[in-house]
Amino acid sequence: MATPRVSAVEHEANLSDPLSGRAPLLLGDRSLHGITKAVCRPVECVPSRAWTLFFVVSVAMMGLYVLTTAYLFYEGIGIWGVNNPVNWGWAISNFVFWVGISHAGTLISAVLYLFRQKWRTSINRFAEAMTIFAVVCALSYPTIHVGRVWLLHWVFPIPNQMGTWPNFRSPLLWDVFAVTIYGLVSFIFWYLGMIPDLATLRDRAKTRARKITYGIFALGWRGSTRHWKHYERAYLLLAALATPLVLSVHSIVSFDFAISQLPGWHTTIFPPYFVAGAVFSGFAMVLTLMVIARWAFKFEHIVTIRHLENMAKVILLTGMIIAYAYGMELFIAWYGQNPYESFSCANRAFGPYAWAYWIMIVCNVIAPQIFWFKRARQNVVVLFVVSILINIGMWFERFVITVTSLHRDFLPSSWGDYSPTFFDVAALVGSFGLFFTLFALFIRYLPMVAMSEVKAGLPEAKPHHGAEGGSREASATGEGA
Amino acid sequence: MAEYSTNEQLPDEKLWGVLAEFSGPGDIFRACERVRDAGYTRWDSYTPYPVRNLDKAMGLSASKVPWVVFFLGILGAVGGMTLQWWASVVEYPIVYGAKPFFSWQAFVPVTFELGVLCASLAAFFGLLHFARLPQHYHPLFTSERFQGVTDDKFFIAIEAADGKFNLQETVDLLRSVGATQVEEVAG
Repeated sequence: MATPRVSAVEHEANLSDPLSGRAPLLLGDRSLHGITKAVCRPVECVPSRAWTLFFVVSVAMMGLYVLTTAYLFYEGIGIWGVNNPVNWGWAISNFVFWVGISHAGTLISAVLYLFRQKWRTSINRFAEAMTIFAVVCALSYPTIHVGRVWLLHWVFPIPNQMGTWPNFRSPLLWDVFAVTIYGLVSFIFWYLGMIPDLATLRDRAKTRARKITYGIFALGWRGSTRHWKHYERAYLLLAALATPLVLSVHSIVSFDFAISQLPGWHTTIFPPYFVAGAVFSGFAMVLTLMVIARWAFKFEHIVTIRHLENMAKVILLTGMIIAYAYGMELFIAWYGQNPYESFSCANRAFGPYAWAYWIMIVCNVIAPQIFWFKRARQNVVVLFVVSILINIGMWFERFVITVTSLHRDFLPSSWGDYSPTFFDVAALVGSFGLFFTLFALFIRYLPMVAMSEVKAGLPEAKPHHGAEGGSREASATGEGA
Repeated sequence: MAEYSTNEQLPDEKLWGVLAEFSGPGDIFRACERVRDAGYTRWDSYTPYPVRNLDKAMGLSASKVPWVVFFLGILGAVGGMTLQWWASVVEYPIVYGAKPFFSWQAFVPVTFELGVLCASLAAFFGLLHFARLPQHYHPLFTSERFQGVTDDKFFIAIEAADGKFNLQETVDLLRSVGATQVEEVAG
């Protein structure tokens, strides 16, 4: 199949200044059918060898996670490097890392929707899928970190034989509610948005099995205006609900740290700092995956350089907020004149884990500065490399926050050190396996781009677009079947 | 998967309605206004994406989903606060950190989350309820042509159950408002 390629003229127009008139968000074949065809192709064709290889490697990595977790259940969390005082270690770093990744999806689908940022339609489905898979990975860590997994239901307000109830004043319990509900609401939002596209796959299905499978999940959608009316309302309301939700989730995750007394954790800037960091890391992850997917599935005309550039701008903005937060931590440590707080900051920058701190600074503060340059924002290779650096940097941020504060608290008698074991590494690698496995299945079986939304965003999709509709009417009137 | 053209006359009791295809959003918008003005009530338009203001062109009332979302959201929040109050004050009162049993400030996050959860579920199930979904069978699915509705086709269907429905007049109306193709659909 000849995939429409992007011409140089179109490419230029797409990147032109908005003041001189907004260029179309899509390039190449912009017809409704063209969009359907391009988006459905990866789902309908025989999987490529690259996909199969990717899937097999991902499943193997996920297998590592299953094995290491099984051993963890058998032996206990002593197989990890966690100890007293560093009780949280990699498991909680990974948890915060994955929750952070998940935030970009909701930000793109909900917040940008409320702000009427139409460019989101090319990437929102993809980012929402990333959100859900990242939440799955995130939730797996506290689950296995509790040690006695068979007692996990104690975190929920369920009547039990001991007659006890959870402590609703604890941020750790807020976290249970925030992250599980976030995962659930993100899933509803994702599925709701996908119903019309599942109907497209149903109607294009060539085999009976596909028709029935997609048909079941499409719920009998038939594009009726009476349905669209409720659908659009429901979608808008979910976006409006998801927006404060996404802000609350990472705020509450930051409360896990901020509400404790520990120097380096007990600071008021944590909620906004965590939220900005989440958006930062999430956009970086979307960029990493999108650069690969648009190339592998020939979506360059749907996810254009302009989309990537916009993401780079969001990364630059949130990266600056992160940099400000890092600076403010140091400033408050100095200005507050609390000896424990200043020690904690100095220990981060120059203590035993200084290497982690400086990796974090280089990756999160220095690397994104290249996005001040337009050429860098429009260069796919630069975007990819910087997004990888940010993913690494943001993981190290969580590691620095978790470990450096725990290993040196108030009393030198309770100081300790932390180093990960093989099983820590296996759990982190394995969670990437879980994430990529889910992703591989998603790009193989579900529409990666929100077709109905992309179609609705075309200028010619509006009923009163130019004189085109009028002339069509004149020519169509009187024509019979 | 039988397809009926206007030439094959269906027995009246088997006729579900007529399906007319239009060539674009502008055409279907004006056609909807005309069908609405002609006084039909049991009819609908079908589009691959939500065409802006088409519901208004059809004379539909506003969706009631927001009301359901609002009331269930409030219910979820009130229920969440009540749960925490009951668990912390009535059922299992324990002093944590010298705080009062009903330390409502600390209960706000869970209250908020439960409110959002209930409101979101209400948005989803409200949509299903008002749109009468899931509905895996519909007479329109028997039309081969109608499968294009989720791709790039635009349709209006008028049901035979409509009080004003008259096969010849309805088909003529649809043609006169710009239908490129009209077919009968069996029920």
